[in-house]
Amino acid sequence: MAMGTFKVWRGDREKGEFREYKTDVSEGMVVLDAVHQIQAESAIDLAARWNCKAGKCGSCSAEINGMPKLMCMTQIADLPPGETVTIEPMKAFPLIRDLVTDVSWNYAVKKTIKKFSPRKPDAPDGTWRMQQEDIERVQEFRKCIECFLCQDVCHVLRDHHQHAEFMGPRFFVYTAALDMQPLDTEERIEHLKGEGGIGFCNITKCCTKVCPEEIKITDNAIIPLKERVVDEFYDPIKKLFRVFGGRR
Amino acid sequence: MPRVDVPLARLKFAQTQRRDMWWVAPLVVFTILSSFIGYATWAALQNEHYSWGPYLSPFYSPLLFASVGKSWFGKPPGWFPHWMSPAMLILGIPAGFRLTCYYYRGAYYKAFWADPPSCAVGEPRKSYLGERSFPLVIQNVHRYFLYLAIIFIFILGWDVWEAMWWPDASGTRHFGIGLGTLVLALNVGLIASYTLGCHSLRHLVGGWMDRFSGRPVRKAAYDCVSCLNRRHMLFAWCSLFAVMGADLYVRLCSMGVINDWRII
Ligand code: SF4
Ligand code: SF4
Ligand code: FES
Ligand code: FES
Repeated sequence: MAMGTFKVWRGDREKGEFREYKTDVSEGMVVLDAVHQIQAESAIDLAARWNCKAGKCGSCSAEINGMPKLMCMTQIADLPPGETVTIEPMKAFPLIRDLVTDVSWNYAVKKTIKKFSPRKPDAPDGTWRMQQEDIERVQEFRKCIECFLCQDVCHVLRDHHQHAEFMGPRFFVYTAALDMQPLDTEERIEHLKGEGGIGFCNITKCCTKVCPEEIKITDNAIIPLKERVVDEFYDPIKKLFRVFGGRR
Repeated sequence: MPRVDVPLARLKFAQTQRRDMWWVAPLVVFTILSSFIGYATWAALQNEHYSWGPYLSPFYSPLLFASVGKSWFGKPPGWFPHWMSPAMLILGIPAGFRLTCYYYRGAYYKAFWADPPSCAVGEPRKSYLGERSFPLVIQNVHRYFLYLAIIFIFILGWDVWEAMWWPDASGTRHFGIGLGTLVLALNVGLIASYTLGCHSLRHLVGGWMDRFSGRPVRKAAYDCVSCLNRRHMLFAWCSLFAVMGADLYVRLCSMGVINDWRII
């Protein structure tokens, strides 16, 4: 069994610092295991959020060696061997303590997006009919576990703190899941361009890079939505086509 | 949008806990794109050595005017400044297409403007406008450049056809294929793969719709474009090298530095 060194951020909103901890690392261990061991052995008050330890609840988001990652899905064996591992809280949200941040801004953002609003049922029993090929695109977006790692890495939030004007990649994925849903009848493009601030995104793809569910956020959600915004606001010819071409 | 009332920490330029060589990718993009812009500008200004035998450099195609040899509209008209080359009339279209391409945008914002320098690495500037307002809101014209770029695929395809017909001393043209023909063909193949994988095209052929069932042709078109789109970055770079390589090949043949290899 080898000894691993971990530099963990300790502190609250007012002040904080990195503190070094050593703990045994064994085969198959993930970073969250190391955090739990450190809690048990040397820092009982170390705050860390987690729930499933299976990459499905999205609670254990943190920054490991500078990259936003799920602690429970990051194998210690995949990190540079023998080197100190840095563990910090996410930077795009207010810190509560140690590795725990207050992500409630995200829930408030979600409430601003118009809910799913299906067309009238297709059958008298109140049900709808959909084809698999129509739903494939949105199925990718439904994989989102709301870990908010994409929000954390996005420079519009992380560096420029545009929280008041930019909903962030997670909510472009969410909007895309609703807007591309074949049964949905709601219009969300104006909100996307206005309040949602999709124009702030400069398609640098960091969100895609960190998504643990491997959702192609930029290529499959953001850019297609940007194109829908172009249809609506920047392309006079397409607008004409849409007037005569009917619904999507 | 809701606000975050607590002030968040400001990151300093290049501040990061990343230990990998995060600066390599933007540096490579910066070097390649600057070299390409440098070479393309130089080649466009030359106004010579852009054709050899039946070959025409893609930087000069379509050749609208030419003092010697074949061109679309013959000799340059009186109003056409001497210092200008015919390449300068048309290069704005492929240049504008690439400049407004979603992939290149993301890549050059990082490499040339450090916005961000790399993922999770601190930025040099505090202020930020993004593509929401002037000037970058202009990037939304991309689809119009796409329409023109599609026409260019046909023009470059025609050049490959022309590159198969070799004039003899009497001016009669005979079928033949040289290495240059293949170089031009590879170039148009890669440019087409890049262009037809465009995000705007993906939207226009079907992405704007929410339902594909009962529309098999649209679905097939959308799937094809999506397939190329998944490799858009790859084709963006390959086609960039191909177009530069094709110009260089024709140029070196014309200058007599290399001899074309006549295959058939
Ligand atoms: S692609 Fe857009 S949303 Fe994603 S990280 Fe970059 S700027 Fe943010
Ligand atoms: S899109 Fe991916 S990175 Fe973003 S919240 Fe969902 S799962 Fe996490
Ligand atoms: S603990 Fe649930 S995703 Fe890591
Ligand atoms: S998105 Fe790259 S060419 Fe259109």
